[in-house]
Amino acid sequence: MRAFLVLLARNRLALAGGVVMSLVLLLVLLTPILPLADPDVTNTSNRFQPIFSDGALLGTDHLGRDLLSRLMWGTRLSLAVGFAAAIVAATLGAAIGIIAGFYGGRTDNIIMRGVDMLMAFPYILLALAIVAALGPGLFNALIAVAAVNVPFFARNIRGITVGIAHKEFVDAARLAGLSNTRIILSEILPNVIPVIVIAMSTTIGWMILETAGLSFLGLGSQPPQADLGSMLGEARSALITNPHTSIVPGMMILIIVMSINLLGDGVRDALDPRLKSGALSRPMATTKVDRKGAVPEPTGKGLLEVQGLETQFHVKDRVYRAVGGVDLHVEKGECLGIIGESGSGKSVTALSLMGLVASPPGVITGGAVHYDGEDLIGAPYRRLRDMRGRNVAYIFQDPLATLHPLYRVGDQLIEAIRSHRPIGKAEGQAKAVELLRAVRIPNAEKRVSDYPHEMSGGMRQRVGIAMALANDPDIIIADEPTTALDVTVQAQVLTILDDLRRSRGLAIVFITHDFGVVAQLCDRVAVMYAGRVVEEGSTKDILQAPRHPYTARLMACVPELGGGKRRLEAITGLPPAVDRLPEGCAFADRCLKVQTECRRGKIPLDWQGDRKVRCLYPEQGTREAAE
Amino acid sequence: MTHALRLMDVSKTFPVGRSLLGRAKGSVKAVHPVTLDVQQNETLGIVGESGCGKSTLARMLVGLLEPTTGTIEIDGEALDTADPALFGRKIQYVFQDPISSLNPRKTIRQVMEAPLKHLYGMDATERQARIAEIFDSVNLREEFLDRYPHEFSGGQAQRIGIARALAAKARILILDEPVSALDVSVQAQVLNLLADLKREFDLTYLFISHDLAVVEAVSDRIAVLYFGSVVEIGRAEDIFATPRHPYTRLLAQSAPVVGRPLTEPEAKGMELPDPLNPPPGCAFAARCPRAQARCSAETPHLSRQGETTEVACFFPLDE
Repeated sequence: MRAFLVLLARNRLALAGGVVMSLVLLLVLLTPILPLADPDVTNTSNRFQPIFSDGALLGTDHLGRDLLSRLMWGTRLSLAVGFAAAIVAATLGAAIGIIAGFYGGRTDNIIMRGVDMLMAFPYILLALAIVAALGPGLFNALIAVAAVNVPFFARNIRGITVGIAHKEFVDAARLAGLSNTRIILSEILPNVIPVIVIAMSTTIGWMILETAGLSFLGLGSQPPQADLGSMLGEARSALITNPHTSIVPGMMILIIVMSINLLGDGVRDALDPRLKSGALSRPMATTKVDRKGAVPEPTGKGLLEVQGLETQFHVKDRVYRAVGGVDLHVEKGECLGIIGESGSGKSVTALSLMGLVASPPGVITGGAVHYDGEDLIGAPYRRLRDMRGRNVAYIFQDPLATLHPLYRVGDQLIEAIRSHRPIGKAEGQAKAVELLRAVRIPNAEKRVSDYPHEMSGGMRQRVGIAMALANDPDIIIADEPTTALDVTVQAQVLTILDDLRRSRGLAIVFITHDFGVVAQLCDRVAVMYAGRVVEEGSTKDILQAPRHPYTARLMACVPELGGGKRRLEAITGLPPAVDRLPEGCAFADRCLKVQTECRRGKIPLDWQGDRKVRCLYPEQGTREAAE
Repeated sequence: MTHALRLMDVSKTFPVGRSLLGRAKGSVKAVHPVTLDVQQNETLGIVGESGCGKSTLARMLVGLLEPTTGTIEIDGEALDTADPALFGRKIQYVFQDPISSLNPRKTIRQVMEAPLKHLYGMDATERQARIAEIFDSVNLREEFLDRYPHEFSGGQAQRIGIARALAAKARILILDEPVSALDVSVQAQVLNLLADLKREFDLTYLFISHDLAVVEAVSDRIAVLYFGSVVEIGRAEDIFATPRHPYTRLLAQSAPVVGRPLTEPEAKGMELPDPLNPPPGCAFAARCPRAQARCSAETPHLSRQGETTEVACFFPLDE
């Protein structure tokens, strides 16, 4: 609640709206005890007194009634009716929406078609019809305004409820013996209330206006009772001769609706989780670079050489060191595996290479990435854009998310080619078919005009690979490309990647958490933990005899097929949070062999025989001995 | 030995493409009639690829979906398949995604109290004592009780999910991909915890996963599901070592294993059959290297092969 108020106050317009609205509310609450004239006493000899005349600060109306007093009492009434209508509409609408969304099926169909019918009428016509049926009067106007707004809430809340009703926690509640009514009240409602508040805060102003509109037409408050709409209606005939009688209530309506809307927008922004998580902030075209130290010189090792790469996320006053100094290189035709658990920095490393980490909050704070002698970190956007796809291409985990759902896969392939070189229609089509054949999509001529949703996950990922191949890159960075696939499909996709690198001399950086995949595909492997490489060497050596205790214990955690029923090794505890990395070895707290030296200073990634290990007391001997 | 859980011809058909009047235009058979027994204190593993019907089967077993045909017996008693609360005391479910199975607006204490209150009507002191007991057995600290789900890591949240399932005192747990959202180091912690709990509380597990190695490591017996049917069932140590059904062999050969060179086990690159338009006969026939004319004409049923294995194949593999 406190956090919400702080967030709200930070929005200046919302704050101004809130202050004005509180003042108005304070005034109308105090109205009965203020020394005001009776609003309904007529005095025709004193009619149309101007503003600031004696005894009537805002003048008098066509019957000589005190305008200030009528304004205060009228505002009081209008606000009360507007709020009441909003609450009634929200309660009814939410109840209808929740019931329709929760029960679904026929209940949903009948309720929502009824709501649709209500929405098919223009709102003012509907309100007029309701008032005409019930007879004029403020209470009937309230009913009309509330009824007209029920569909808005019902539709809104139904959509949210449908999403929540299929969540697993609702199933869990059902298994805990909760009845449907209880599930609605204790599981669904608390998750829907923020949406109701947001919808209400943005519609109250509208409802006050609608009530005023009905009163203006003489269907709301009846004389002599004053509300803002009826005051305007009565002043209409004197609009030219005595404009102040219309301006006074008109100004008040303007002030109320403006301030409520500003406040309402503020409430929505502060409550909406999507806005809170920064969905509206647009990331820059490349990652922000702010290198503190000197830029390392290329040593000419490999086609792509990463030296001391550091990428951080700056969120408010916290600094998350997602990548804390990574050195890697990959040769032409080589497959380098990067293995690690979630949060180890493997994906951020991959995205940093071509400046694809979202900024804000991402910042590359150090190191260099040399491609063929050229430093990519800090390269101008035009240069990076030119190289993305043509020199270094990416394959991502979820092909459904990376392919555009509304374009045929062939057109998307042609577009990928066109962004680097002009290509004719026929030639483009032929090239697209050729690419699909290269990734062994059966019946490529036909499938080239499929939409992504018409393909299975394995086929889509092949299109993802074809897209990466479109401009004959030298390096492919594959970020968990088979994690979302079934094992039989995974085997096919891995074979395709392996063939491609052998036939085309592609360098592949393969990011995964699966030792089996690494063993089958990669020549070398780098193991990452808490943003750093802890061990790097040839796949065969590392899998046979891991030296870093983390590598050894991680491998022991993974069950291997063919071992039968058994107890698994586990690593106790969790990796450290990357915004609070400990001094020394990040694995120290979970390591069985930890010594006091492990918690001091910086532990370097040193050569130990044929590989590099970041450990003071590395494992010796083969894997069998370690187990 | 008694049967903890017995399924007889349980199947599920979903209507698809409803017309305006609510009449279904077609139907998808997500689970073909399945007959299975789970022994007291046994872990039965269920493996299969996405879309094979394993989650639909699991949801029927806990009453979240009503089977189209067939009956479910727990401890020899047939269950009324419409009331989840009735299931709640006998059989519980551990969800795949630990975080989304906890209501984000409830504290862990509220989550834990729900089954105790609604299934057993315990009062506040009884509940407090019972929660302390359960939390102790899943190695969670009681101070976690007043926190909200988003404050937990995946592994901790999954332990809370297991604790909630234990709170209902059910003797059978359906574990639906309980570790596939977790990192490998945490995965091992949770699997070991499950093994300890099974011993401590004399539980029976139905363990569903797509990860062959994980299923093999925790199960006594394993059933392989393909396209809504059980194609092979047998002892965990045999099933992938000496597969009898060609599909089981394909699965076992596709799993990446350290030390085995990369081979494409299936040259044809076939996909699952279309559920709206299922093929006649054996669903695997189009992908099967051993398929013959009979396979696409008749549907094979499970039959005993050797002492412990049952296979639904006309031409099963020999050792």
